[in-house]
Amino acid sequence: MTRSLYALPRPGLRWLPVWRRNFLVWRKLAIPSVLGNLADPLIYMLGLGYGLGGLLPQVSGVSYVSFLAAGTIVASTMNAATFEALYSAFSRMHVQKTWEAILNTPLSLDHVLTGELMWAASKSLLSGLAILLVVTALGLTASPLALWIVPVIFLTGLCFAALGLIVCALAPSYDFFMYYFTLFVTPMLLLSGVFFPADQLPAAVQAVSGWLPLAHAVQLARPLLHGAVPADAALHVGALLAIAGVAFFIASVLTRRRLLK
Amino acid sequence: MAALISGAGAASMADIVATGETGAAALSVRGLRKSYGGQEVVAGVDFSVPRGTCFGLLGPNGAGKTTTLRCCLGLTAPDGGEIALGGYPVPAAADAARARVGVVPQFDNLDPDFTASENLLVYGRYFGLADAGIRARIPALLDFAGLAGKEGARLQTLSGGMKRRLTLARALVNDPDIVFLDEPTTGLDPQARHLIWERLKRLMAQGKTLILTTHFMDEAERLCDRLAVLDHGRLITEGAPRELIAAHIEPQVVEIFGDEAPAWAKARRALGERLEVAGDTAFFYCRDAAPLLAALPEAPGLRYAHRAANLEDVFLKLTGRELRD
Repeated sequence: MTRSLYALPRPGLRWLPVWRRNFLVWRKLAIPSVLGNLADPLIYMLGLGYGLGGLLPQVSGVSYVSFLAAGTIVASTMNAATFEALYSAFSRMHVQKTWEAILNTPLSLDHVLTGELMWAASKSLLSGLAILLVVTALGLTASPLALWIVPVIFLTGLCFAALGLIVCALAPSYDFFMYYFTLFVTPMLLLSGVFFPADQLPAAVQAVSGWLPLAHAVQLARPLLHGAVPADAALHVGALLAIAGVAFFIASVLTRRRLLK
Repeated sequence: MAALISGAGAASMADIVATGETGAAALSVRGLRKSYGGQEVVAGVDFSVPRGTCFGLLGPNGAGKTTTLRCCLGLTAPDGGEIALGGYPVPAAADAARARVGVVPQFDNLDPDFTASENLLVYGRYFGLADAGIRARIPALLDFAGLAGKEGARLQTLSGGMKRRLTLARALVNDPDIVFLDEPTTGLDPQARHLIWERLKRLMAQGKTLILTTHFMDEAERLCDRLAVLDHGRLITEGAPRELIAAHIEPQVVEIFGDEAPAWAKARRALGERLEVAGDTAFFYCRDAAPLLAALPEAPGLRYAHRAANLEDVFLKLTGRELRD
Protein backbone atom coordinates (compact mmCIF):
# COMPACT_ATOMS: atom_id res chain seq x y z
CA MET A 1 0.00 0.00 0.00
CA THR A 2 2.74 2.43 1.01
CA ARG A 3 4.79 1.33 -1.96
CA SER A 4 2.03 1.91 -4.45
CA LEU A 5 1.34 5.30 -2.84
CA TYR A 6 4.93 6.22 -3.49
CA ALA A 7 4.86 4.73 -6.96
CA LEU A 8 1.83 6.83 -7.86
CA PRO A 9 2.45 10.31 -6.50
CA ARG A 10 -0.91 11.42 -7.85
CA PRO A 11 -3.31 8.79 -6.53
CA GLY A 12 -6.06 10.48 -8.54
CA LEU A 13 -8.39 8.95 -11.05
CA ARG A 14 -6.25 9.33 -14.14
CA TRP A 15 -7.66 6.12 -15.59
CA LEU A 16 -11.12 7.67 -15.63
CA PRO A 17 -10.82 9.22 -19.13
CA VAL A 18 -10.09 5.71 -20.47
CA TRP A 19 -13.20 4.37 -18.75
CA ARG A 20 -15.22 7.29 -20.09
CA ARG A 21 -14.01 6.61 -23.63
CA ASN A 22 -15.35 3.08 -23.46
CA PHE A 23 -18.54 4.27 -21.83
CA LEU A 24 -19.15 6.73 -24.68
CA VAL A 25 -18.78 3.94 -27.25
CA TRP A 26 -21.05 1.67 -25.22
CA ARG A 27 -23.70 4.38 -24.92
CA LYS A 28 -24.04 4.42 -28.69
CA LEU A 29 -24.69 0.69 -28.77
CA ALA A 30 -26.34 0.33 -25.38
CA ILE A 31 -29.68 -1.19 -26.32
CA PRO A 32 -28.44 -4.13 -28.41
CA SER A 33 -25.63 -4.63 -25.90
CA VAL A 34 -27.96 -4.83 -22.90
CA LEU A 35 -30.45 -7.03 -24.72
CA GLY A 36 -27.70 -9.40 -25.82
CA ASN A 37 -26.26 -9.60 -22.34
CA LEU A 38 -29.63 -10.19 -20.78
CA ALA A 39 -31.47 -12.43 -23.21
CA ASP A 40 -29.00 -15.29 -23.43
CA PRO A 41 -28.55 -16.04 -19.72
CA LEU A 42 -32.25 -15.51 -19.04
CA ILE A 43 -33.24 -18.01 -21.70
CA TYR A 44 -30.93 -20.58 -20.13
CA MET A 45 -32.10 -19.81 -16.62
CA LEU A 46 -35.79 -19.93 -17.41
CA GLY A 47 -35.57 -22.78 -19.89
CA LEU A 48 -33.48 -25.05 -17.69
CA GLY A 49 -34.97 -23.73 -14.46
CA TYR A 50 -38.61 -24.39 -15.30
CA GLY A 51 -38.14 -27.08 -17.94
CA LEU A 52 -35.53 -29.25 -16.27
CA GLY A 53 -36.61 -28.01 -12.83
CA GLY A 54 -40.07 -29.51 -13.37
CA LEU A 55 -38.49 -32.96 -13.41
CA LEU A 56 -36.43 -32.37 -10.28
CA PRO A 57 -37.32 -32.29 -6.62
CA GLN A 58 -35.82 -29.41 -4.66
CA VAL A 59 -32.11 -28.79 -5.18
CA SER A 60 -30.19 -27.80 -2.04
CA GLY A 61 -33.47 -26.99 -0.35
CA VAL A 62 -34.92 -24.67 -3.02
CA SER A 63 -36.65 -25.02 -6.39
CA TYR A 64 -34.27 -25.65 -9.27
CA VAL A 65 -34.97 -22.31 -10.96
CA SER A 66 -34.22 -20.57 -7.68
CA PHE A 67 -31.01 -22.60 -7.35
CA LEU A 68 -30.02 -21.72 -10.87
CA ALA A 69 -30.74 -17.99 -10.38
CA ALA A 70 -27.66 -17.25 -8.26
CA GLY A 71 -25.42 -19.22 -10.60
CA THR A 72 -26.83 -17.38 -13.61
CA ILE A 73 -26.11 -14.00 -12.03
CA VAL A 74 -22.41 -14.71 -11.46
CA ALA A 75 -21.92 -16.74 -14.65
CA SER A 76 -23.39 -13.93 -16.71
CA THR A 77 -21.12 -11.47 -14.86
CA MET A 78 -18.14 -13.66 -15.69
CA ASN A 79 -19.11 -13.83 -19.36
CA ALA A 80 -19.60 -10.10 -19.69
CA ALA A 81 -16.27 -9.27 -18.03
CA THR A 82 -14.45 -11.95 -20.01
CA PHE A 83 -15.80 -10.86 -23.39
CA GLU A 84 -14.97 -7.24 -22.68
CA ALA A 85 -11.41 -7.96 -21.50
CA LEU A 86 -10.76 -10.37 -24.36
CA TYR A 87 -12.43 -9.31 -27.59
CA SER A 88 -13.14 -5.64 -26.92
CA ALA A 89 -9.88 -4.83 -25.16
CA PHE A 90 -7.94 -6.74 -27.82
CA SER A 91 -9.66 -4.71 -30.54
CA ARG A 92 -8.66 -1.52 -28.82
CA MET A 93 -5.11 -2.69 -28.16
CA HIS A 94 -4.26 -4.56 -31.34
CA VAL A 95 -6.68 -3.66 -34.13
CA GLN A 96 -7.73 -0.05 -33.58
CA LYS A 97 -4.49 0.90 -31.79
CA THR A 98 -6.54 2.95 -29.37
CA TRP A 99 -4.12 2.22 -26.54
CA GLU A 100 -1.22 3.40 -28.68
CA ALA A 101 -3.01 6.71 -29.23
CA ILE A 102 -3.60 7.07 -25.49
CA LEU A 103 0.04 6.29 -24.67
CA ASN A 104 1.07 9.38 -26.66
CA THR A 105 -0.73 11.50 -24.06
CA PRO A 106 0.41 11.95 -20.43
CA LEU A 107 -1.40 8.72 -19.50
CA SER A 108 0.65 5.57 -19.00
CA LEU A 109 -0.09 1.93 -19.74
CA ASP A 110 -1.02 1.45 -16.07
CA HIS A 111 -3.78 4.02 -16.49
CA VAL A 112 -4.98 2.33 -19.69
CA LEU A 113 -5.11 -1.10 -18.06
CA THR A 114 -6.79 0.18 -14.92
CA GLY A 115 -9.35 1.96 -17.09
CA GLU A 116 -9.96 -1.26 -19.04
CA LEU A 117 -10.20 -3.33 -15.84
CA MET A 118 -12.69 -0.96 -14.27
CA TRP A 119 -14.66 -0.69 -17.49
CA ALA A 120 -14.96 -4.45 -17.97
CA ALA A 121 -15.99 -4.82 -14.31
CA SER A 122 -18.54 -2.00 -14.69
CA LYS A 123 -20.03 -3.53 -17.79
CA SER A 124 -20.27 -6.92 -16.11
CA LEU A 125 -21.86 -5.26 -13.10
CA LEU A 126 -24.60 -4.05 -15.39
CA SER A 127 -25.06 -7.56 -16.77
CA GLY A 128 -25.23 -9.14 -13.32
CA LEU A 129 -27.56 -6.42 -12.04
CA ALA A 130 -29.94 -6.89 -14.94
CA ILE A 131 -30.26 -10.61 -14.13
CA LEU A 132 -30.64 -9.82 -10.43
CA LEU A 133 -33.49 -7.46 -11.23
CA VAL A 134 -35.28 -10.06 -13.33
CA VAL A 135 -34.73 -12.68 -10.62
CA THR A 136 -36.21 -10.30 -8.06
CA ALA A 137 -39.15 -9.48 -10.32
CA LEU A 138 -39.84 -13.21 -10.72
CA GLY A 139 -40.06 -13.46 -6.94
CA LEU A 140 -37.03 -15.76 -6.71
CA THR A 141 -35.62 -13.69 -3.85
CA ALA A 142 -37.24 -11.76 -1.09
CA SER A 143 -34.39 -11.11 1.30
CA PRO A 144 -32.74 -7.69 1.64
CA LEU A 145 -29.50 -9.65 2.00
CA ALA A 146 -29.71 -10.07 -1.78
CA LEU A 147 -28.52 -6.47 -2.07
CA TRP A 148 -25.10 -7.71 -0.96
CA ILE A 149 -24.95 -9.53 -4.27
CA VAL A 150 -24.24 -6.17 -5.93
CA PRO A 151 -20.68 -5.89 -4.55
CA VAL A 152 -20.22 -9.63 -5.15
CA ILE A 153 -21.06 -9.05 -8.81
CA PHE A 154 -18.57 -6.20 -9.06
CA LEU A 155 -15.85 -8.24 -7.38
CA THR A 156 -16.55 -11.18 -9.69
CA GLY A 157 -16.34 -8.81 -12.64
CA LEU A 158 -12.99 -7.41 -11.47
CA CYS A 159 -11.63 -10.91 -11.05
CA PHE A 160 -12.59 -12.10 -14.53
CA ALA A 161 -11.66 -8.80 -16.14
CA ALA A 162 -8.16 -9.13 -14.69
CA LEU A 163 -7.88 -12.75 -15.81
CA GLY A 164 -9.14 -11.77 -19.25
CA LEU A 165 -6.53 -9.02 -19.57
CA ILE A 166 -3.81 -11.65 -19.09
CA VAL A 167 -5.20 -13.59 -22.05
CA CYS A 168 -5.53 -10.38 -24.05
CA ALA A 169 -1.88 -9.56 -23.38
CA LEU A 170 -0.81 -12.98 -24.69
CA ALA A 171 -3.12 -13.23 -27.70
CA PRO A 172 -1.64 -13.08 -31.20
CA SER A 173 -5.15 -12.94 -32.72
CA TYR A 174 -8.83 -13.37 -31.87
CA ASP A 175 -8.61 -17.14 -32.50
CA PHE A 176 -6.44 -17.50 -29.40
CA PHE A 177 -9.43 -16.72 -27.15
CA MET A 178 -11.06 -20.01 -28.07
CA TYR A 179 -8.40 -21.82 -25.99
CA TYR A 180 -9.31 -19.76 -22.95
CA PHE A 181 -12.99 -20.52 -23.36
CA THR A 182 -12.66 -24.25 -24.02
CA LEU A 183 -9.87 -24.91 -21.53
CA PHE A 184 -10.85 -22.58 -18.70
CA VAL A 185 -14.22 -20.81 -18.90
CA THR A 186 -16.45 -23.69 -19.96
CA PRO A 187 -14.98 -26.29 -17.56
CA MET A 188 -15.23 -23.74 -14.77
CA LEU A 189 -18.86 -23.06 -15.60
CA LEU A 190 -19.60 -26.77 -15.13
CA LEU A 191 -17.43 -27.31 -12.04
CA SER A 192 -18.32 -24.26 -9.96
CA GLY A 193 -21.82 -25.18 -8.85
CA VAL A 194 -23.68 -22.98 -11.31
CA PHE A 195 -25.96 -25.68 -12.75
CA PHE A 196 -25.80 -28.29 -10.00
CA PRO A 197 -24.30 -28.47 -6.49
CA ALA A 198 -20.55 -29.01 -6.70
CA ASP A 199 -20.81 -31.78 -4.10
CA GLN A 200 -22.32 -33.97 -6.84
CA LEU A 201 -18.85 -34.14 -8.36
CA PRO A 202 -16.27 -36.85 -7.56
CA ALA A 203 -14.09 -35.90 -4.59
CA ALA A 204 -10.99 -35.43 -6.74
CA VAL A 205 -12.80 -32.98 -9.02
CA GLN A 206 -14.29 -31.16 -6.03
CA ALA A 207 -10.80 -30.55 -4.72
CA VAL A 208 -10.06 -28.60 -7.90
CA SER A 209 -13.41 -26.88 -8.18
CA GLY A 210 -13.08 -25.35 -4.72
CA TRP A 211 -10.20 -23.23 -6.01
CA LEU A 212 -12.00 -21.82 -9.04
CA PRO A 213 -12.87 -18.12 -8.91
CA LEU A 214 -16.40 -18.72 -10.17
CA ALA A 215 -16.97 -21.24 -7.34
CA HIS A 216 -16.12 -18.57 -4.76
CA ALA A 217 -18.55 -16.19 -6.43
CA VAL A 218 -21.31 -18.83 -6.46
CA GLN A 219 -20.77 -19.62 -2.79
CA LEU A 220 -21.21 -15.96 -1.94
CA ALA A 221 -24.14 -15.18 -4.22
CA ARG A 222 -26.34 -18.24 -3.64
CA PRO A 223 -26.83 -17.95 0.15
CA LEU A 224 -27.31 -14.18 -0.17
CA LEU A 225 -30.03 -14.64 -2.77
CA HIS A 226 -31.81 -17.06 -0.45
CA GLY A 227 -31.51 -14.81 2.58
CA ALA A 228 -28.59 -16.42 4.40
CA VAL A 229 -25.17 -15.11 5.34
CA PRO A 230 -22.60 -17.11 3.33
CA ALA A 231 -20.37 -19.50 5.24
CA ASP A 232 -16.69 -18.52 5.05
CA ALA A 233 -17.65 -15.20 3.40
CA ALA A 234 -14.28 -13.61 4.26
CA LEU A 235 -12.45 -16.53 2.67
CA HIS A 236 -14.40 -16.25 -0.60
CA VAL A 237 -14.13 -12.47 -0.77
CA GLY A 238 -10.43 -12.72 0.05
CA ALA A 239 -9.89 -15.36 -2.63
CA LEU A 240 -11.64 -13.24 -5.29
CA LEU A 241 -9.69 -10.14 -4.27
CA ALA A 242 -6.41 -12.06 -4.30
CA ILE A 243 -7.08 -13.57 -7.73
CA ALA A 244 -8.08 -10.17 -9.10
CA GLY A 245 -4.96 -8.52 -7.66
CA VAL A 246 -2.48 -11.14 -8.77
CA ALA A 247 -4.09 -11.50 -12.19
CA PHE A 248 -4.05 -7.73 -12.74
CA PHE A 249 -0.39 -7.59 -11.77
CA ILE A 250 0.46 -10.39 -14.22
CA ALA A 251 -1.62 -8.73 -16.94
CA SER A 252 0.23 -5.44 -16.35
CA VAL A 253 3.65 -7.06 -16.60
CA LEU A 254 2.71 -8.99 -19.75
CA THR A 255 1.14 -5.98 -21.44
CA ARG A 256 4.15 -3.78 -20.64
CA ARG A 257 6.35 -6.46 -22.16
CA ARG A 258 4.16 -6.52 -25.24
CA LEU A 259 3.71 -2.79 -25.83
CA LEU A 260 6.60 -0.96 -24.16
CA LYS A 261 9.51 -2.88 -25.66
CA MET B 1 31.54 34.30 3.07
CA ALA B 2 29.37 31.29 3.71
CA ALA B 3 26.33 33.35 2.77
CA LEU B 4 28.04 34.49 -0.41
CA ILE B 5 28.85 30.94 -1.46
CA SER B 6 25.38 29.65 -0.77
CA GLY B 7 23.97 32.71 -2.51
CA ALA B 8 26.04 31.97 -5.57
CA GLY B 9 24.99 28.35 -5.40
CA ALA B 10 21.34 29.31 -5.28
CA ALA B 11 21.77 31.64 -8.25
CA SER B 12 23.36 28.97 -10.40
CA MET B 13 20.64 26.52 -9.43
CA ALA B 14 18.05 29.07 -10.49
CA ASP B 15 19.89 29.52 -13.78
CA ILE B 16 19.84 25.80 -14.38
CA VAL B 17 16.13 25.57 -13.66
CA ALA B 18 15.39 28.57 -15.86
CA THR B 19 17.45 27.10 -18.70
CA GLY B 20 15.68 23.80 -18.31
CA GLU B 21 12.31 25.43 -18.73
CA THR B 22 12.83 28.01 -21.41
CA GLY B 23 16.24 28.41 -22.99
CA ALA B 24 17.13 24.80 -23.64
CA ALA B 25 16.40 22.80 -26.74
CA ALA B 26 12.90 21.45 -27.34
CA LEU B 27 14.46 18.02 -27.63
CA SER B 28 17.97 16.92 -26.88
CA VAL B 29 19.24 13.39 -27.31
CA ARG B 30 22.70 12.33 -26.13
CA GLY B 31 24.32 8.96 -26.71
CA LEU B 32 21.01 7.14 -27.21
CA ARG B 33 21.32 3.36 -27.43
CA LYS B 34 18.76 0.61 -27.72
CA SER B 35 19.18 -3.09 -28.52
CA TYR B 36 16.64 -5.79 -29.28
CA GLY B 37 17.73 -9.38 -28.87
CA GLY B 38 21.43 -8.48 -28.96
CA GLN B 39 21.08 -6.34 -32.09
CA GLU B 40 21.75 -2.64 -31.64
CA VAL B 41 18.90 -0.79 -33.35
CA VAL B 42 19.97 2.63 -32.10
CA ALA B 43 23.73 2.76 -31.66
CA GLY B 44 24.68 6.07 -30.08
CA VAL B 45 22.56 8.87 -31.49
CA ASP B 46 23.04 12.56 -30.63
CA PHE B 47 20.98 15.47 -31.82
CA SER B 48 19.32 18.57 -30.56
CA VAL B 49 16.27 20.46 -31.79
CA PRO B 50 16.10 24.20 -31.00
CA ARG B 51 12.69 25.52 -30.02
CA GLY B 52 10.53 26.85 -32.82
CA THR B 53 12.33 24.92 -35.57
CA CYS B 54 11.42 21.95 -37.72
CA PHE B 55 13.72 18.95 -37.47
CA GLY B 56 13.56 16.02 -39.87
CA LEU B 57 14.69 12.52 -39.07
CA LEU B 58 15.30 10.64 -42.31
CA GLY B 59 16.46 7.14 -42.96
CA PRO B 60 15.57 3.95 -44.79
CA ASN B 61 13.15 1.44 -43.26
CA GLY B 62 14.73 -0.25 -40.27
CA ALA B 63 17.23 2.57 -39.72
CA GLY B 64 16.04 3.11 -36.13
CA LYS B 65 13.77 6.14 -36.63
CA THR B 66 10.72 4.67 -34.91
CA THR B 67 12.73 3.36 -31.97
CA THR B 68 14.38 6.77 -31.58
CA LEU B 69 10.98 8.50 -31.57
CA ARG B 70 9.56 5.97 -29.09
CA CYS B 71 12.49 6.59 -26.76
CA CYS B 72 12.01 10.37 -27.06
CA LEU B 73 8.35 10.02 -26.02
CA GLY B 74 9.19 7.73 -23.12
CA LEU B 75 7.41 4.71 -24.62
CA THR B 76 10.56 2.62 -24.81
CA ALA B 77 13.24 2.60 -22.13
CA PRO B 78 16.66 3.25 -23.71
CA ASP B 79 19.63 1.06 -22.82
CA GLY B 80 21.83 4.13 -22.61
CA GLY B 81 21.92 7.86 -23.18
CA GLU B 82 20.08 10.93 -22.04
CA ILE B 83 16.92 12.51 -23.42
CA ALA B 84 15.33 15.81 -22.48
CA LEU B 85 11.97 16.63 -24.05
CA GLY B 86 10.59 20.10 -23.44
CA GLY B 87 13.09 20.43 -20.60
CA TYR B 88 11.92 17.25 -18.86
CA PRO B 89 14.15 14.21 -18.49
CA VAL B 90 12.74 11.20 -20.34
CA PRO B 91 11.72 8.54 -19.40
CA ALA B 92 11.84 9.75 -15.75
CA ALA B 93 9.33 12.59 -16.30
CA ALA B 94 7.90 11.42 -19.64
CA ASP B 95 4.29 12.01 -18.58
CA ALA B 96 4.99 15.66 -17.77
CA ALA B 97 6.88 16.01 -21.07
CA ARG B 98 4.05 14.42 -23.07
CA ALA B 99 1.57 16.88 -21.56
CA ARG B 100 3.21 19.57 -23.74
CA VAL B 101 3.61 17.38 -26.81
CA GLY B 102 1.33 16.37 -29.68
CA VAL B 103 1.85 13.24 -31.77
CA VAL B 104 0.67 12.45 -35.30
CA PRO B 105 1.38 8.71 -35.53
CA GLN B 106 2.33 6.92 -38.71
CA PHE B 107 -0.81 4.76 -38.76
CA ASP B 108 -4.28 6.11 -38.22
CA ASN B 109 -5.54 5.33 -34.73
CA LEU B 110 -8.55 7.60 -34.53
CA ASP B 111 -11.58 6.15 -32.75
CA PRO B 112 -13.79 4.62 -35.46
CA ASP B 113 -16.88 4.67 -33.24
CA PHE B 114 -16.78 8.43 -32.73
CA THR B 115 -17.57 11.54 -34.72
CA ALA B 116 -14.83 14.03 -35.53
CA SER B 117 -15.57 16.21 -32.52
CA GLU B 118 -15.97 13.24 -30.18
CA ASN B 119 -12.51 12.11 -31.21
CA LEU B 120 -11.12 15.48 -30.13
CA LEU B 121 -13.16 15.61 -26.92
CA VAL B 122 -12.15 12.15 -25.77
CA TYR B 123 -8.50 12.75 -26.65
CA GLY B 124 -8.44 16.06 -24.78
CA ARG B 125 -9.67 14.28 -21.65
CA TYR B 126 -6.55 12.12 -21.67
CA PHE B 127 -4.62 15.36 -21.05
CA GLY B 128 -6.79 16.11 -18.04
CA LEU B 129 -8.54 18.96 -19.85
CA ALA B 130 -12.07 19.90 -18.83
CA ASP B 131 -14.87 19.15 -21.28
CA ALA B 132 -15.94 22.79 -21.55
CA GLY B 133 -12.41 23.90 -22.46
CA ILE B 134 -12.04 21.21 -25.11
CA ARG B 135 -15.46 21.88 -26.63
CA ALA B 136 -14.57 25.56 -26.90
CA ARG B 137 -11.44 24.66 -28.90
CA ILE B 138 -13.04 22.10 -31.23
CA PRO B 139 -14.37 24.50 -33.92
CA ALA B 140 -10.98 26.23 -34.25
CA LEU B 141 -9.14 22.89 -34.35
CA LEU B 142 -11.42 21.52 -37.06
CA ASP B 143 -11.18 24.77 -38.96
CA PHE B 144 -7.39 24.60 -38.83
CA ALA B 145 -7.54 21.08 -40.22
CA GLY B 146 -9.82 22.15 -43.08
CA LEU B 147 -12.69 20.22 -41.50
CA ALA B 148 -14.96 23.10 -40.56
CA GLY B 149 -18.55 21.93 -40.30
CA LYS B 150 -17.52 18.28 -39.91
CA GLU B 151 -18.14 18.24 -36.14
CA GLY B 152 -20.79 15.55 -36.33
CA ALA B 153 -19.27 13.57 -39.20
CA ARG B 154 -18.86 9.88 -38.48
CA LEU B 155 -15.34 8.64 -39.02
CA GLN B 156 -16.32 6.18 -41.78
CA THR B 157 -17.56 9.10 -43.89
CA LEU B 158 -14.14 10.83 -43.87
CA SER B 159 -11.58 10.29 -46.66
CA GLY B 160 -7.99 9.26 -45.94
CA GLY B 161 -6.81 12.85 -46.24
CA MET B 162 -9.54 14.09 -43.91
CA LYS B 163 -8.64 11.47 -41.31
CA ARG B 164 -5.02 12.51 -41.50
CA ARG B 165 -6.01 16.13 -40.95
CA LEU B 166 -8.25 15.11 -38.06
CA THR B 167 -5.27 13.30 -36.56
CA LEU B 168 -3.30 16.53 -36.86
CA ALA B 169 -6.12 18.43 -35.14
CA ARG B 170 -6.18 15.79 -32.41
CA ALA B 171 -2.44 16.23 -31.85
CA LEU B 172 -3.09 19.94 -31.23
CA VAL B 173 -5.91 19.48 -28.73
CA ASN B 174 -3.60 20.26 -25.79
CA ASP B 175 -2.00 23.25 -27.60
CA PRO B 176 1.40 21.54 -27.53
CA ASP B 177 4.79 23.25 -27.76
CA ILE B 178 6.29 20.33 -29.65
CA VAL B 179 4.61 18.21 -32.33
CA PHE B 180 5.97 14.83 -33.46
CA LEU B 181 4.88 13.77 -36.95
CA ASP B 182 5.68 10.24 -38.07
CA GLU B 183 5.38 10.19 -41.88
CA PRO B 184 2.55 12.75 -41.86
CA THR B 185 1.74 12.64 -45.57
CA THR B 186 2.33 8.99 -46.50
CA GLY B 187 -0.58 7.73 -48.60
CA LEU B 188 -2.07 11.17 -49.30
CA ASP B 189 -2.86 12.69 -52.68
CA PRO B 190 -0.91 15.81 -53.76
CA GLN B 191 -3.71 18.18 -52.77
CA ALA B 192 -3.86 16.76 -49.27
CA ARG B 193 -0.07 16.81 -48.93
CA HIS B 194 0.12 20.47 -49.87
CA LEU B 195 -2.60 21.30 -47.38
CA ILE B 196 -0.75 19.48 -44.58
CA TRP B 197 2.50 21.26 -45.50
CA GLU B 198 0.78 24.62 -45.42
CA ARG B 199 -0.68 23.87 -41.98
CA LEU B 200 2.67 22.69 -40.64
CA LYS B 201 4.22 25.96 -41.77
CA ARG B 202 1.51 27.81 -39.89
CA LEU B 203 2.34 25.85 -36.76
CA MET B 204 5.98 26.83 -37.14
CA ALA B 205 4.92 30.45 -37.55
CA GLN B 206 3.14 30.09 -34.20
CA GLY B 207 6.48 29.11 -32.66
CA LYS B 208 5.84 25.41 -32.29
CA THR B 209 8.65 22.92 -32.67
CA LEU B 210 8.09 20.17 -35.25
CA ILE B 211 9.91 16.86 -35.29
CA LEU B 212 9.09 14.76 -38.31
CA THR B 213 10.09 11.58 -40.03
CA THR B 214 9.42 11.17 -43.71
CA HIS B 215 10.40 9.19 -46.78
CA PHE B 216 9.62 12.13 -49.05
CA MET B 217 12.74 14.13 -49.61
CA ASP B 218 10.85 17.04 -51.16
CA GLU B 219 8.80 17.21 -47.96
CA ALA B 220 11.93 17.26 -45.81
CA GLU B 221 13.60 19.86 -48.02
CA ARG B 222 10.53 22.06 -47.99
CA LEU B 223 9.74 21.93 -44.26
CA CYS B 224 12.86 21.20 -42.26
CA ASP B 225 15.26 23.79 -40.91
CA ARG B 226 17.63 20.97 -40.07
CA LEU B 227 17.61 17.29 -40.69
CA ALA B 228 19.55 14.22 -39.81
CA VAL B 229 19.98 11.02 -41.78
CA LEU B 230 19.87 7.88 -39.69
CA ASP B 231 21.12 4.53 -40.97
CA HIS B 232 21.91 1.30 -39.11
CA GLY B 233 21.15 3.06 -35.84
CA ARG B 234 23.67 5.87 -36.35
CA LEU B 235 23.36 9.47 -37.53
CA ILE B 236 25.41 9.62 -40.68
CA THR B 237 24.93 13.32 -41.36
CA GLU B 238 23.12 16.33 -39.99
CA GLY B 239 22.55 19.86 -41.24
CA ALA B 240 20.27 22.26 -43.10
CA PRO B 241 18.93 20.74 -46.36
CA ARG B 242 20.84 23.20 -48.58
CA GLU B 243 24.06 22.63 -46.63
CA LEU B 244 23.74 18.88 -46.96
CA ILE B 245 23.21 19.10 -50.71
CA ALA B 246 26.19 21.44 -51.08
CA ALA B 247 28.39 19.28 -48.87
CA HIS B 248 27.61 15.87 -50.31
CA ILE B 249 26.58 16.23 -53.94
CA GLU B 250 27.75 17.83 -57.15
CA PRO B 251 25.31 20.68 -57.93
CA GLN B 252 23.93 19.33 -61.23
CA VAL B 253 22.34 16.02 -62.12
CA VAL B 254 21.63 14.62 -65.57
CA GLU B 255 19.36 11.57 -65.61
CA ILE B 256 19.51 9.56 -68.84
CA PHE B 257 16.80 6.97 -69.58
CA GLY B 258 16.55 4.20 -72.14
CA ASP B 259 17.72 0.64 -72.80
CA GLU B 260 21.01 1.92 -74.18
CA ALA B 261 21.52 4.47 -71.39
CA PRO B 262 23.73 2.42 -69.02
CA ALA B 263 26.14 1.33 -71.76
CA TRP B 264 26.23 4.80 -73.34
CA ALA B 265 26.89 6.43 -69.97
CA LYS B 266 29.58 3.98 -68.87
CA ALA B 267 31.48 4.67 -72.09
CA ARG B 268 31.38 8.41 -71.27
CA ARG B 269 32.03 8.21 -67.53
CA ALA B 270 34.51 11.10 -67.72
CA LEU B 271 31.75 13.59 -68.62
CA GLY B 272 30.63 13.78 -64.99
CA GLU B 273 32.28 13.72 -61.58
CA ARG B 274 30.27 10.67 -60.59
CA LEU B 275 28.05 8.14 -62.39
CA GLU B 276 25.44 5.86 -60.88
CA VAL B 277 23.38 3.34 -62.81
CA ALA B 278 20.06 1.95 -61.58
CA GLY B 279 18.03 -0.23 -63.97
CA ASP B 280 17.84 1.54 -67.33
CA THR B 281 18.67 4.95 -65.85
CA ALA B 282 22.10 6.53 -65.62
CA PHE B 283 22.67 9.37 -63.13
CA PHE B 284 25.51 11.76 -63.90
CA TYR B 285 26.51 14.04 -61.03
CA CYS B 286 28.37 17.03 -62.45
CA ARG B 287 29.89 20.34 -61.42
CA ASP B 288 29.43 21.47 -65.02
CA ALA B 289 26.92 19.56 -67.13
CA ALA B 290 27.62 21.45 -70.39
CA PRO B 291 29.99 18.89 -72.00
CA LEU B 292 27.57 16.06 -71.20
CA LEU B 293 24.57 17.98 -72.50
CA ALA B 294 26.53 18.72 -75.67
CA ALA B 295 27.25 15.02 -76.16
CA LEU B 296 23.66 13.85 -75.61
CA PRO B 297 22.17 14.81 -79.02
CA GLU B 298 24.49 12.27 -80.70
CA ALA B 299 22.47 9.50 -78.98
CA PRO B 300 18.93 10.05 -80.30
CA GLY B 301 17.43 6.94 -78.62
CA LEU B 302 18.01 8.40 -75.17
CA ARG B 303 15.77 10.72 -73.19
CA TYR B 304 17.24 12.82 -70.44
CA ALA B 305 16.47 15.30 -67.67
CA HIS B 306 18.81 17.99 -66.42
CA ARG B 307 18.09 19.22 -62.92
CA ALA B 308 19.65 20.64 -59.76
CA ALA B 309 20.86 18.18 -57.16
CA ASN B 310 18.36 17.58 -54.38
CA LEU B 311 18.03 15.91 -51.04
CA GLU B 312 17.06 12.58 -52.55
CA ASP B 313 20.46 12.44 -54.27
CA VAL B 314 22.12 13.03 -50.90
CA PHE B 315 19.96 10.39 -49.27
CA LEU B 316 20.70 7.78 -51.94
CA LYS B 317 24.40 8.57 -51.93
CA LEU B 318 24.61 8.18 -48.16
CA THR B 319 22.35 5.17 -47.69
CA GLY B 320 22.85 3.35 -51.00
CA ARG B 321 20.39 2.26 -53.66
CA GLU B 322 19.74 -1.30 -52.53
CA LEU B 323 16.32 -2.09 -51.06
CA ARG B 324 15.77 -2.16 -47.30
CA ASP B 325 13.16 -4.36 -45.68
